Amino acid sequence: MATINPDNHGLRLILRYTVLTLIAVIFVFPLVFMVMSSLKPDQQLLADTSSLRAFLPVGDISLNNYVAAFDRAPVGLFVMNSVIVTGVTVVLSLLVCSLAAFSFVFLNWRGRGVILSVILATLIVPFETIAIPLLLIASKLPWIGAEGVTIGWLNSYRVQIVPFIADGLTIFLFVQYFKDLPGELIEAARVEGASWPQIYRRIVMPLAGPVIATAAILKFLVMYNQYLWPLMVVQQESYRPVMVGLQYFFQLNRAWGEIMAYLSLITVPVLAFYLFLQRAFIASIASTGVKG
Amino acid sequence: MKTMQILSGAALAALLGSTAMAQTELTMWYHGAGNQVEADIINQIIADFNASQSDWAVRIESFPQIAYNDSVVAAALAGNLPDILDVDGPVMPNWAWAGYMQPLPLDAAVIADFLPGTKGYWDGQLYSIGLWDAAVALVTRQSTLDALGLRRPTLDAPWTGDEFMAALDAAKASGDYEYAFDAGMAWTGEWYPYAFSPFLQSFGGDIVDRTTYATAEGALNGEAAMAFGEWWQGLFANGYAPGTSQDPAARDNGFIEGRYAFSWNGNWAALGALNTFEDTLFLPAPDFGNGPVIGAASWQFGVSATSAHPDGAAAFIEFALQDEYLAAFSNGIGLIPATATAAAMTENYAPGGPMAVFFDLTAAQALVRPVTPGYVVQAKVFEKALADIANGADVADALDAAVDEINTDITRNGGYGH
Repeated sequence: MATINPDNHGLRLILRYTVLTLIAVIFVFPLVFMVMSSLKPDQQLLADTSSLRAFLPVGDISLNNYVAAFDRAPVGLFVMNSVIVTGVTVVLSLLVCSLAAFSFVFLNWRGRGVILSVILATLIVPFETIAIPLLLIASKLPWIGAEGVTIGWLNSYRVQIVPFIADGLTIFLFVQYFKDLPGELIEAARVEGASWPQIYRRIVMPLAGPVIATAAILKFLVMYNQYLWPLMVVQQESYRPVMVGLQYFFQLNRAWGEIMAYLSLITVPVLAFYLFLQRAFIASIASTGVKG
Repeated sequence: MKTMQILSGAALAALLGSTAMAQTELTMWYHGAGNQVEADIINQIIADFNASQSDWAVRIESFPQIAYNDSVVAAALAGNLPDILDVDGPVMPNWAWAGYMQPLPLDAAVIADFLPGTKGYWDGQLYSIGLWDAAVALVTRQSTLDALGLRRPTLDAPWTGDEFMAALDAAKASGDYEYAFDAGMAWTGEWYPYAFSPFLQSFGGDIVDRTTYATAEGALNGEAAMAFGEWWQGLFANGYAPGTSQDPAARDNGFIEGRYAFSWNGNWAALGALNTFEDTLFLPAPDFGNGPVIGAASWQFGVSATSAHPDGAAAFIEFALQDEYLAAFSNGIGLIPATATAAAMTENYAPGGPMAVFFDLTAAQALVRPVTPGYVVQAKVFEKALADIANGADVADALDAAVDEINTDITRNGGYGH
């Protein structure tokens, strides 16, 4: 039997890739199970769960569960609502939180340390504790729209977006990243006469690709998985997001195949976002020309 | 000619538009999103009502059932309730007490023939009315009874507790079944108090003392409750029934796959059993000494406290109470119609129909869950206690702890207005 030593590089490589492949398979299994189950009728789906057949496209395979899922709920509407809410929130959050962090790190103003501490302290406050006060506020806020001035933000996109634009975690991530940027770059720009907005736009943000990607991913997941808040503030189907929509499938007799089909469908935007950000992340590193 | 048609059409549209404009809009929330059959029926009722008169136009918003109660509570806090609500029967007293609902102005004569469990009374006033009820039965097969040498219990002569346990012993001894009895432990939440508190009541106990609703002391931890708790624990400790780790798939399909001899299940699952076994039987609940009992009260309609048009809301609800709609719901989703006349119009609950026994069971054995605003908390406490006991907790300790928790909640809420 061969032993592992520095000279046995090939064997080590095989071992490493075997372990990595096993880990990858373990992580991919739930997704494979979900997609395969979405193609099977309920009885077969349940029967297959006790064997490896659960991960294989075998037996009575069809797209019937997808057809049934679209019949049961307006899947496209729910996905669109979630994509709108999540997309707008992520973009605005990156802008607002990066500006806040820029101010905390690079601008010199009295009380910034205290205010940053207060913001960071909000990280330990669970959303559930502020949900009801937030609901009461949102239900009484004015809005100017096509119908003139109206009171109450319930049943809208804005009520799902605005409360989540600024958050302590995203600000914290930007602050930590900005602190590690080379101070010489900022000083050189100031000496050259660059204004703070110019430094933010032309120097700091182009170097912030990795933290933008990280913050965007975290924010995306939080927003796309929102359940409690939209449940409280959205009573109209036309504004419901995917996670509330998931409940359409939990009837007395659960249609597991339809549930898997629905989950497969709503996972598509998440995977697409990851793939998109993966490229953006690599591009941001390549384009900055700064090595850590 | 074509121009004339267009002009005529426009005139008709304007006329219809002006009629619609004259109708006052009533908003209605319903828990049935995701159930197309249910949606079709309720939408048909609304369309019929809107077309039947010129004063009111009902507009529905449907919610998924699991999210419905939370949505209503949040909307109540935000002052955003609709005119017409549907509410789960045992939850109604809480919503009435909390000020979410107002009494339903409905003539008592209209609902005189309705099953008792469909009428939602709180504090002496009618707050809600149901178009249907639900019932639980002991599901088995005639061939099972014959093979085990058991008599077939009837409404007039249900099994005693001893007979029931003898039946489980026989099924267990036969070796033909994975378990003798499927209580449905995989179904959590409201199923526990709905399905299992009737056993407790048949023993002589209850979730709370219904004479005052001020305490659970004695009711949930007295001698009768202790006897129930010991019996309940024995079901699992002695291998008669699968416990809390029961696979949901086994709950759904175990009986029709022949894994269980007896299954404690509702009328909503009856058709599946009937379609599988021609000799399926729906037996009455056993009598553990204080009479056979099953749960009652399902979803009902009521008027929100903030509705400016309770008369319109009541008009719609009364319109929906017609036998043809009760029968439509029954035929569509298998529910028990609220009246005997509606039952006679259905496929399954008409006299001699395959599920008619459920109507009789409801009429004879049904007992509503405790009619108190505190029930929403008591139900959860009861569920936890029963799960703990099933998992081997000391019966007395579990029931005493449940009593303490319920009593603390009652005290904190000033007695819930009783």
